[in-house]
Amino acid sequence: MDYFLTEEQQMIVDLSRQIADELIIPQRAALDESEEFPKDILDAVAKADLFGIYIPEEYGGFGAGTFEIVLALEQFGRGCVGVATAFAASALGAFPIMISGSEEMKQKYLPDIATGAKKAAFALTEANAGSDASGIQTTAVLDGDEWVLNGTKQWITNAGEAKIYTVIAITDRSKGPRGASMFVVEDTDSGFSYGVKEKKLGIRASSTRELIFKDCRIPKDRLIGRQGTGFITVMKTLDKSRPGIAILGVGLGQAALDEAVTYAKQRVQFGKPIISFQAVQHMLADMAIQLEAARALVYAAAKHIDAHPKDMSKASSMCKVFATDMAMKVTVDAVQVLGGYGYMRDYPVEKMMRDAKILQIYEGTNQIQRNVVGQELNKEYT
Amino acid sequence: MKILVCIKQVPDAKDVRLDPKTNTLSREGVQSIINPYDRHALEEAVRLKEKHGGTVIVLTMGPPQAQEILRESVSCGADEAVLVSDRAFAGADTLATTYTLSQAIKKIGGADLILCGKQAIDGDTAQVGPGLAVRMDIPYVTCVRKIVEVSDKTFVVERLMDDGYDEVEVELPALFTVVKEINEPRLPSLKGKMKAKKLAITTLTAADIDADTAQLGLKGSPTWVVRVFAPQLKGERTMIEGTVQAQVDQLAEKLMEWC
Repeated sequence: MDYFLTEEQQMIVDLSRQIADELIIPQRAALDESEEFPKDILDAVAKADLFGIYIPEEYGGFGAGTFEIVLALEQFGRGCVGVATAFAASALGAFPIMISGSEEMKQKYLPDIATGAKKAAFALTEANAGSDASGIQTTAVLDGDEWVLNGTKQWITNAGEAKIYTVIAITDRSKGPRGASMFVVEDTDSGFSYGVKEKKLGIRASSTRELIFKDCRIPKDRLIGRQGTGFITVMKTLDKSRPGIAILGVGLGQAALDEAVTYAKQRVQFGKPIISFQAVQHMLADMAIQLEAARALVYAAAKHIDAHPKDMSKASSMCKVFATDMAMKVTVDAVQVLGGYGYMRDYPVEKMMRDAKILQIYEGTNQIQRNVVGQELNKEYT
Repeated sequence: MKILVCIKQVPDAKDVRLDPKTNTLSREGVQSIINPYDRHALEEAVRLKEKHGGTVIVLTMGPPQAQEILRESVSCGADEAVLVSDRAFAGADTLATTYTLSQAIKKIGGADLILCGKQAIDGDTAQVGPGLAVRMDIPYVTCVRKIVEVSDKTFVVERLMDDGYDEVEVELPALFTVVKEINEPRLPSLKGKMKAKKLAITTLTAADIDADTAQLGLKGSPTWVVRVFAPQLKGERTMIEGTVQAQVDQLAEKLMEWC
């Protein structure tokens, strides 16, 4: 379907597609097998200026919005969700600085993130704080001119690869939700280290590790925004980032559909290509219908967010749920269309199915997203 | 430093078919690309510019559609683009092409360094680079695999040979043709694409380059293609058997027969 992209938007699509086709797709199976971080690919993405798409021009970026980053992520997701996650996680790490950071902070960090010279990462999750962010144990205490951080963040994407970390920690437990604050931690800060690299079901090219803070001392001015605004910054960050996860589902779903249709046209059983059987046709048709509906919803949500509405949570959560549930279903069906071949690692669809699962879990489980939509409906109908 | 890169639009080799009836290349629906060797020449020029400063100008002779590869070159780091285009250039062989290019280069004020791909993947002659240098009366080095030293007046380069490489010192202005080993060409960048979209491409006609029309296109081309044909695959085989030594001897004997 034609979504009437502008020339600039089409350029982003063309460039990202070229990177997916020429760099990501040829390497994805090997990266999945070796669980290796895609450094060379991300260097090429940086040289192509794509790390700066969403960063304002005054900080060395391209000055585009959520919709444009979504267009790039769709192509990267079509190539490999693991590689795309490594790319997207840098944006997620940069958003708190863009949303709540001071002018000095933006000038200090955003230009390096825009050129891709430094990758960023976002650190919220802990062992006892997943969907329920109030379980955060990591603390930050002001000691003279320094904040002292203690605690452990878990399952942090790009950990060990990024140089800039945006981290939420409790600064005053007595204040409840207003007692958390966000900080920038740099990879070279004293008292900061990484845990072992996790072994995952899918997105194995992305790096997932713990961040360990042991009397980690950082300058006072690393506080993002005002003290006590950490949760607000996190919520705004996630509202802005979720369409990026949603579109990975669309890119992945497209890749799975492409594989399934191509295979169904070639595979002959009972003397005919299996695409001529209605049972297979209906599966492919349902995949295509769900995929296009998801794409349209994610594009619409991204454009809605770019219009800076007062409340973007509902649109953001709706598109994340719909597109990632679609990706799970479409990739499972793609494996089914390819049958035994689809289950083998010689074909790419089993990896796609493994990669799809995380999309329903990270950046807020789809159950939490439904809570958000439900709560917004409750508010709207008073 | 003013670096000029000569590029050529060629059909994408993976799509090319020979029409069995006419024995000509069937270009219908075949995508045109930058000649792959020329990409390496462009990349080397851009790297030289990034390291030592200067300007990179891409130049091509071709129909108006060849603007596409000029824009693509700008999206990959070139600064300016020149298209030499005129119906009078049609049917040029390498002799007429080098004449046209040399006139165009004169028109744009020459260059300190001219880079070309080793050869084009359609004609495969590898003549245009050296021919152009001879016409311009400047030194040239073919099959450059590495630029070792750069100064204002001289370059030291490595020339790939069958049995190793030569190190050659050359005075500027000079022309090099490059091999794929020299670098890994980059992808376009977003800023480059934006620049390429807005770029005004200079177009030079036969009149613009003060050309002697007798030396242009088909008229200026002493090369005539008599016949083009696709070799037939006969599938004839000879099995060589016996001990390894006996097999080697038989094979060597066969090869000598064919030489």
